[in-house]
Amino acid sequence: MSEVKKVATREGYGSALIALGKEHENLIVLDADLAAATKTGVFQKAFPERHINCGIAEANMAGIAAGLSTLGYVPFISSFAMFAAGRAFEQIRNSIGYPHLNVKIGASHAGISVGEDGASHQCNEDIALMRTIPGMVVINPSDVIEAEAAVKAVYEYEGPVYLRFGRLAVPVINDRPDYKFEMGKGVELRDGKDCTIIATGLCVCGALEAAERLAADGIDAQVINIHTIKPLDNELVIAAAKKTGRIFTVEEHSIIGGLGAAVIECLSENCPTKVTRIGINDVYGESGPAQELLHKYKLDADGIYERVAAEMKER
Amino acid sequence: MNKLELQKMAVEVRKGILEGVHSAKAGHPGGSLSAADIFTYLYFEEMNVDPKNPSDPNRDRFVLSKGHTAPGLYAALANRGFFPVEDLLTLRHTGSYLQGHPDMKNIPGVDMSSGSLGQGLSAACGMALGAKLSKQDFRVYALCGDGEIQEGQIWEAAMFAGFRKLDNLCVIVDNNNLQIDGRIDEVCSPYPIDKKFESFNFHAINIDGNDFDQIKAAFDEAKATKGMPTVIIAHTVKGKGVSFMENNVGWHGKAPNDEEFAIAMEDIRKAGEALCQK
Repeated sequence: MSEVKKVATREGYGSALIALGKEHENLIVLDADLAAATKTGVFQKAFPERHINCGIAEANMAGIAAGLSTLGYVPFISSFAMFAAGRAFEQIRNSIGYPHLNVKIGASHAGISVGEDGASHQCNEDIALMRTIPGMVVINPSDVIEAEAAVKAVYEYEGPVYLRFGRLAVPVINDRPDYKFEMGKGVELRDGKDCTIIATGLCVCGALEAAERLAADGIDAQVINIHTIKPLDNELVIAAAKKTGRIFTVEEHSIIGGLGAAVIECLSENCPTKVTRIGINDVYGESGPAQELLHKYKLDADGIYERVAAEMKER
Repeated sequence: MNKLELQKMAVEVRKGILEGVHSAKAGHPGGSLSAADIFTYLYFEEMNVDPKNPSDPNRDRFVLSKGHTAPGLYAALANRGFFPVEDLLTLRHTGSYLQGHPDMKNIPGVDMSSGSLGQGLSAACGMALGAKLSKQDFRVYALCGDGEIQEGQIWEAAMFAGFRKLDNLCVIVDNNNLQIDGRIDEVCSPYPIDKKFESFNFHAINIDGNDFDQIKAAFDEAKATKGMPTVIIAHTVKGKGVSFMENNVGWHGKAPNDEEFAIAMEDIRKAGEALCQK
């Protein structure tokens, strides 16, 4: 196998902010003492006057961004998912969501692939939290190309958006000339007739690899990348359910409230279908190298393959 | 407006508070009445605002961080001409735009949605920072409760404002000394309030917040203060102007019944009458 290029999605956040910053004077970036990690540090170098370090005070940062947005600025607030969606949940809900202000939340270090820092920093609940806020868009890009495209797309969109990025360098899978990011639209990456694997974020790559292995076993799996979890591409999800009749969801997030839950909500009302949620099974993570944790928690290609193969055999 | 005119307007604002809360059969009269003179001074003297152009980008901004005293803000806005005074009677009614707590999306003149305590000051800091960044010269005012400053986010915001030298920001603390569960110095004392803000690099001014001479002097001093934000600690009387509500914590978040409403309005009417004889 040839060398696969790997880049963390947070890198796409930083590079897209710079590109946008060059074009748009009203773009402003806020951070909470994590500029090197969230990759807003590169923006800070390019536009020091438009990078506001709020110190370790995420709740205040959310409010500052709300105030700035009322003046026509487009603030991107940046922290780890745990402290953005977690610590500042209520500020995002009340100061940004309720008045539907044009604030973008760039949350890095989501999921267990944070790795060695362990459970306190591994946010597996952010999609669930953000998804419940009325009017909030929730995006979880699958690679750096999608991350960069998503950041650029949400700048053009008026309203609050939660963007989820990872710490871990992950394979680039969207490097093709016709790649286009459309907010709210899922992407079919592999056709298949026996079952559908709906994945998001870094799990999309693992899902694709799992599908190839399943094919060797005679299981033809469709693979869909859902980068926008809210609003969910109901049409594509329902079409997939109708086509294959068996759905697996894969996410580096709790099986409660995330992609799997969103898919179930959609299908139970529109096209009742058996859905298996592959994700973090209502437990905290732990310290360890990211790849080892993804393997242990069965969210890598091996884990996805084994689970799908086992359940498809039971049919 | 001169002092007498301001005092007369404050009577109208207090009437609006009582009528709104009575009609809603719910709401927060105590802290609305304590801050009624501040609301009046801000909207009739201090702030550069235009009811005909409520979203003028150059206007001064006001954030009611203690959002539960929306009846006071609404009464000032209505009397200033942002919306009809009669609409105050729809406060908290289903379908009314006058929500229980300020809603910037639907209420003309409201610069920030608020209500969850501790959050408004951060938004005010964002506005003040934005004005500095874009070299606009409007000022930003934020009214906090003295109980509200028990919230940690207030001090995150204060640290930010002091550090960033946001001298276009003026914070007012309505120090009526009462919160829902009792006296603030018995629940969890935030005193000394002035020294706390001073240590966050604020200029602090203590005044009688129900005295227009002192209110005017404080806001003038705030405007003249450069290189740091100002906090005005307004020592006020909760329920000010209504005999049975004054300094009575029971009126923090309760509406008067018809009988109580009649007595309260009579108190306010008499105060207005006394001013007319001046």
